Amino acid sequence: MTLTKQHILDWLKACAAEFETHKDYLTDLDREIGDADHGLNMNRGFSKVMEKLQTFETQSIGGIMKGTGMTLMSSIGGASGPLYGTFFIRAATSAANAEELNLSGLLKMLEDGVAGIVMRGKAEPADKTMCDTWWPALEAGKQTANNGEGMQDALAAMAVAAEEGAKATIPLQARKGRASYLGERSIGHQDAGATSSMYMIKALKTVVTGG
Amino acid sequence: MKKLINNVEDVMKEQVEGLCLAHPELKLSEDPCYVYREDDRDTVALVSGGGSGHEPMHIGFIGEGMLRAACPGQVFSSPTPDQILECGKAVNTGKGVLLLIKNYTGDVLNFETAVELLHFEDIPVGSVTIDDDVAVKDSHYTAGRRGVGATVLIEKIVGAAAESGADLERLEVLARGLNNKSRSFGVALRACVVPAVGKPSFDLADDEIEFGVGIHGEPGIKRRKTGGVQSLVTDMLKELLGNTGYSRTVRSWNRREGNWDEAETRVEDFSAGDELIVMVNGMGATPASELYGAYREVHKGLAAAGFKVARNLVGNYCTALNMEGFSITLLKADAETLTFWDAPVNAPSLRWGQ
Ligand SMILES: Nc1ncnc2c1ncn2[C@@H]1O[C@H](COP(=O)(O)OP(=O)(O)O)[C@@H](O)[C@H]1O
Ligand SMILES: [Mg+2]
Repeated sequence: MTLTKQHILDWLKACAAEFETHKDYLTDLDREIGDADHGLNMNRGFSKVMEKLQTFETQSIGGIMKGTGMTLMSSIGGASGPLYGTFFIRAATSAANAEELNLSGLLKMLEDGVAGIVMRGKAEPADKTMCDTWWPALEAGKQTANNGEGMQDALAAMAVAAEEGAKATIPLQARKGRASYLGERSIGHQDAGATSSMYMIKALKTVVTGG
Repeated sequence: MKKLINNVEDVMKEQVEGLCLAHPELKLSEDPCYVYREDDRDTVALVSGGGSGHEPMHIGFIGEGMLRAACPGQVFSSPTPDQILECGKAVNTGKGVLLLIKNYTGDVLNFETAVELLHFEDIPVGSVTIDDDVAVKDSHYTAGRRGVGATVLIEKIVGAAAESGADLERLEVLARGLNNKSRSFGVALRACVVPAVGKPSFDLADDEIEFGVGIHGEPGIKRRKTGGVQSLVTDMLKELLGNTGYSRTVRSWNRREGNWDEAETRVEDFSAGDELIVMVNGMGATPASELYGAYREVHKGLAAAGFKVARNLVGNYCTALNMEGFSITLLKADAETLTFWDAPVNAPSLRWGQ
């Protein structure tokens, strides 16, 4: 199966819906070890993307990703604005003129996006950030692809790994972002950004597999 | 929560509108939001910005001899790259733009993105990140020392240097050097109330002080019994003067190659005999009488340790909404620094030498 432009548009809509639903939960997670705004930030950013979606619709996958990134960059704010903004803008490069992607194209696009997050935020594994969701999810996706399985299986594996990755941030001590100032007091709380990334990956799985 | 506001979402917008009505020489761009002054002289434009709630920093420091423009974010939340980009484009007169950033992950990521965007618009741009809060000890396991009170002093001194015609390279070196000569430490008697949150960011018992507090209501390094202001200032000076050997990786924009250079740099040591610019800064809800009482202890304590207070600033400059408390900033000054410090400045919240 291939990932179409329509899947990408549906994915963005699904992300917006997820963040609308879970904004209070994400903000509560950010209250524990941050400044209680992550859910509001994500909801504001993706509502803006929804407003602009019509103007992206006619473009390639790369164009949609880039437009989304620019919109998120100027509307999320905080640390996660430039991080998610950069994710989409970097992801756009390899998908520049594509109208659809096969599994390896999809994985390449997401990998480029995550490289963008790392370029900007310099996170390392177990720093307790959104990357701790993306890395294991990408790993699971590549593993599944290497085993010769298809896109649906890969996304299912990624969703599971993302959920585990987000949960696995609970015992970590934050070394990046606001939470790092709490030192050991950041232990015992799930990272807000890791959780929003998990919602994005699960939303992608849902729109592609239909459940 | 009782506050002099209309809607929580409009706090930033309404305060910048008020500022520009009160000071018509300042101009407001509403969307994207930034405040600037017109100046067609051929000098580098010094631009700062950050979350709102620290006023008068930064918008109150826009004026001749200090900032050319400032980009306010929502309360305690960084401005976004599009604001900083448009602001930089508007105030660049050809000599370029220097962005002063306070070291918070959100600010650094948004401003550094803006540096890249300005560069690709062919605007000469540089940035310096200020990290003076010695309450943060460690640079490897945290996002590093926070940018606090020294920002005010550096905006003044570098603003005067820009006014004198110094070029972008020179100003970057100056600002980086000043940052390495600066240290701050803050305490809170009562936490602030963020409008969107509606309740204090932490609770303190009647006889407790948050020691080493940040300017967003971040908790400090410990809680301490109140005691008198003398013993409090003694402990704060101990943190400020005893703090040596801090080093971290500093990023600077390489305009020729269009990427970031990184270098490990170390803060400068202080030693008896040094001349200091000293700021005793109210966090928003501290009476002036108490600030002067604190200044008395700071002045005496520094003298006893062999330092010379060359200049001072006492008042509310880098606040945290309605937090009750204060911070001390020390900046080691040489003759050139003092000349720039004494140079005329004409901003809404800092004005002398006209
Ligand atoms: N350097 C970084 N690299 C990757 N992710 C980061 C970094 N710093 C912070 N984050 C992520 O950003 C999230 C916080 O986002 P948000 O609350 O929107 O911004 P802010 O911390 O500025 O309020 C954290 O939970 C973390 O996952
Ligand atoms: Mg936050």
